[in-house]
Amino acid sequence: MKSSVIVFPGSNCDRDIAVALEKFQIKNQMVWHDEINLPKSDLVVLPGGFSYGDYLRTGAIASKSKIINDVIKHGKNGGLILGICNGFQILIEIGLLPGVLLRNKKLRFLSKNVFLKVINIKNNFCSEYIKKDIIQLPIAHNEGNYFGNNNLIQKLEDNNLIAFKYCDKQGLIEENSNPNGSSNNIAGILNKEKNILGMMPHPERLIDPLLSGEDGSILFKSLLKS
Amino acid sequence: MKITPKIIDKHGIKPDEYTKIINLIGREPNLLELGIFSAMWNEHCSYKSSRKYLRTLPTKNDKVIQGPGENAGVIDIEDNDALVFKIESHNHPSFIEPYQGAATGVGGILRDIFTMGARPIATLNSIHFGLPSHPKTKNLLSGVVSGIGGYGNCIGIPTVGGEVKFDSSYNENILVNAMAVGLTKKNKIFYSKAKGINKAVIYVGSKTGRDGIHGASMASAEFDDDSDEKKPTVQVGDPFTEKLLLEACLELMKDNSIISIQDMGAAGLTSSSVEMASKGDLGIEINLNKVPCREDKMTPYEIMLSESQERMLLIINSGKEENAKKIFTKWGLDFSIIGNTTDTKKLVLNFNGEKVADLPLSSLSKDAPLYDRKWKKKLNLKKIEFPKNFRSKKIFESLKKILMSPNNSEKSWVWEQYDQTVMGDTIQKPGGNSGVIRIHGKNKGVALTVDSSTHYCFANPIIGGKQVVCEAWRNLIAVGSNPIAITNCLNFGNPEDKKIMGQFVETIDGISQACTYLNFPVVSGNVSFYNGTKKNSISPTPTIGGVGLIKNLNDMVTKNFKESGNHILIIGKTLGHLYQSEFFRVILNFNEGPPPEINLFNEKNNGLAVLNLISKKLVNSVHDISSGGILIALSEMCISGNIGAIIKPPRNDIGLHEYLFGEDQSRYIIEVKEKNIKELIKILKENGIYFEKIGTTQNKNLEVDKEFKINLNELNLLSNYWFKNYFKEDL
Repeated sequence: MKSSVIVFPGSNCDRDIAVALEKFQIKNQMVWHDEINLPKSDLVVLPGGFSYGDYLRTGAIASKSKIINDVIKHGKNGGLILGICNGFQILIEIGLLPGVLLRNKKLRFLSKNVFLKVINIKNNFCSEYIKKDIIQLPIAHNEGNYFGNNNLIQKLEDNNLIAFKYCDKQGLIEENSNPNGSSNNIAGILNKEKNILGMMPHPERLIDPLLSGEDGSILFKSLLKS
Repeated sequence: MKITPKIIDKHGIKPDEYTKIINLIGREPNLLELGIFSAMWNEHCSYKSSRKYLRTLPTKNDKVIQGPGENAGVIDIEDNDALVFKIESHNHPSFIEPYQGAATGVGGILRDIFTMGARPIATLNSIHFGLPSHPKTKNLLSGVVSGIGGYGNCIGIPTVGGEVKFDSSYNENILVNAMAVGLTKKNKIFYSKAKGINKAVIYVGSKTGRDGIHGASMASAEFDDDSDEKKPTVQVGDPFTEKLLLEACLELMKDNSIISIQDMGAAGLTSSSVEMASKGDLGIEINLNKVPCREDKMTPYEIMLSESQERMLLIINSGKEENAKKIFTKWGLDFSIIGNTTDTKKLVLNFNGEKVADLPLSSLSKDAPLYDRKWKKKLNLKKIEFPKNFRSKKIFESLKKILMSPNNSEKSWVWEQYDQTVMGDTIQKPGGNSGVIRIHGKNKGVALTVDSSTHYCFANPIIGGKQVVCEAWRNLIAVGSNPIAITNCLNFGNPEDKKIMGQFVETIDGISQACTYLNFPVVSGNVSFYNGTKKNSISPTPTIGGVGLIKNLNDMVTKNFKESGNHILIIGKTLGHLYQSEFFRVILNFNEGPPPEINLFNEKNNGLAVLNLISKKLVNSVHDISSGGILIALSEMCISGNIGAIIKPPRNDIGLHEYLFGEDQSRYIIEVKEKNIKELIKILKENGIYFEKIGTTQNKNLEVDKEFKINLNELNLLSNYWFKNYFKEDL
């Protein structure tokens, strides 16, 4: 499998995701935002960070980068796209995923490990979570409060397009286990064709027992199987 | 413009210092030159009150590559890896404008690290506020925390440790001390010393604006009633530009283009150009029209004294300019050749074709004032009688109150606003004995801690100075690291006051004694004087940032209890010292008496023994016993591990309050499996270590025999109570 990580000025999880991809033998290359042509890839990753300082709106300026035209084409042709944290925000700004990411309910940055329930395992990113559907991953964001109108949320639920929801240790999806105020505790969503995943938690930060867990590894193992 | 006594005074220059300027340059300075003297001769940049004493600190051991005097200290952490680190204060700006003050404090210290060629890998911070009930505290606390987070999170450097303290002495002058740590190769360290004549002097980074003019002078005076008017002297940070600057500099550092590099921090272009040239014993000539400016019609005075952030000065090898320009242009940064090195040993500034300043560099650096200020010894506080009613205070109620007090409560409200896990190498997050960061791609790590003990230092600066170094040492030991070196940030009041100067002199004495004994030298740091108002100074607050090496991460331990049924031992003797303890302070509002003594022999002996036990894998968890004593340390181990404990104090020669809340130094709590206890005790005895077995770990409850029993969930809620209640958030 070949991947491309798009690097924007202000990306800061680009190295972390590259390390994770390489750890799972996914052949990766870094692609500067100013390039016009996307190298041949099976997977495109939009990494976390503060692209363009997150000025204007998170992800807004990055969504107009030169490389984005090719990223859109890649997605429309069925290629895999993974947007993590700022990458999720960019995917929404591009319009490849619906909804909007507001500021966290408590209006402050939040960095902690959270429990997640894997809702949809029938996609290329999550298939291996069939063995474990309550997982723990770190979040680190200021604007991760996923919001959509009732119609949109209902559509996501009905079409099984929610990949992850915030939950508690036992897997209960409740207000108490919602760290940022997201509608229906949504932590990650898929597009209709399920080849594009946007998520706020960082799987690339939990791929090593020394780092207190490997629940992130399962996502990369799923990708390898796809 | 005529230089009047009023103008001189406004520049913070004393009349006798002005006479000295005239003697040094042989004429009256013009306004620009006066501004330059003001920027270089203020306390913040010249260390004129502290230099005499800083020289007495130990600064070398066999791991030190670079001690004080550069942008940051550097130590050898083996395998050709070098660790670069420093702590710095940003107190005055943070009190005036908490968000920007704290943010640019982080920005400044990060620049010090990557200026030396290192990629920053971790930050820590020590922040001190006034009483929670003070009308400014809530706003200052939330502003500082979001400012630190706002900058560090954006650049993508994990925050792995720190401390948050409250005391009335900071009501009118908070402290914001930020530490940064970076990694480079031993053969890839960059210095600020210029070399060679006629080399291009290059300005890179952000444009120069009118912000932060005279920031360093502002930080060299006490606050008065007009402190709000000083807002324009606070710089405004842009972490996005800093991230670009970081990447561009590291890209340029891959080859040998750079001769020397210096960030523009306090006193901006003035201090960076003066430092580079004077360290190299050269001269420097700058054309100010070439400096990229953010605003129209900026004067030479404004350009030289601006403290706009995210700027660097480089001196580059001839022929490398084009390639350098390409890199900075790619990252969207300004790049301008603004001058060149000369052999005149002078700073010469030109503007619109005219020479606007011409000063011998020695007058700005080595001939700057050096003071031997008068100081007064602090009398040791007497051991007056304990408050009469202290034994009537229930142990359980006291524990609850201490856990719920601002200084001892859980700080996750703060930590959660800092990205702790970006870069994927955070092994221990804030809240443990030390933060631990893995060296990328390897199985070794560094342990990092920041500590301060203002109450001890106020009560006795010599003991306090020793104690705070030992506390850092202990925190590094407790995760299984070999302590190597420290950086210090010395926060004090007005040095022109004999009493304050005495606190400074004696604290340095204490720090020096402990560092020397423990072979734990100071490799970098800064001094911040004039913390306070005309009426009140802060309590002396030396902040120590300690660094240790963990050669094999499999040998690391954490403080959380691991399983029930294990032995709990105390290493080091409990004498029951309650003066200056949290028990007396929080429960009885009693602040008299001396701090606990430090016995450096015991400190080292106990610490090395614990390290030995960790490396032999004989202990499951370790925690140092510090403020609050045994019972607070135990509670923290229970909460973090979600494992309970039952203890029975083994001695009747001291009272239960003294035993459980005493703050005697050089002690640790360890958890030991039954199968290891025999071998462990043998080692302790062989090394002459005093130890006591006080109980065992168990499920669900913390229990003190015949006193109380509390469920861990409840204990956890108590320790989380204070911050959430203060900010009215759901519990």
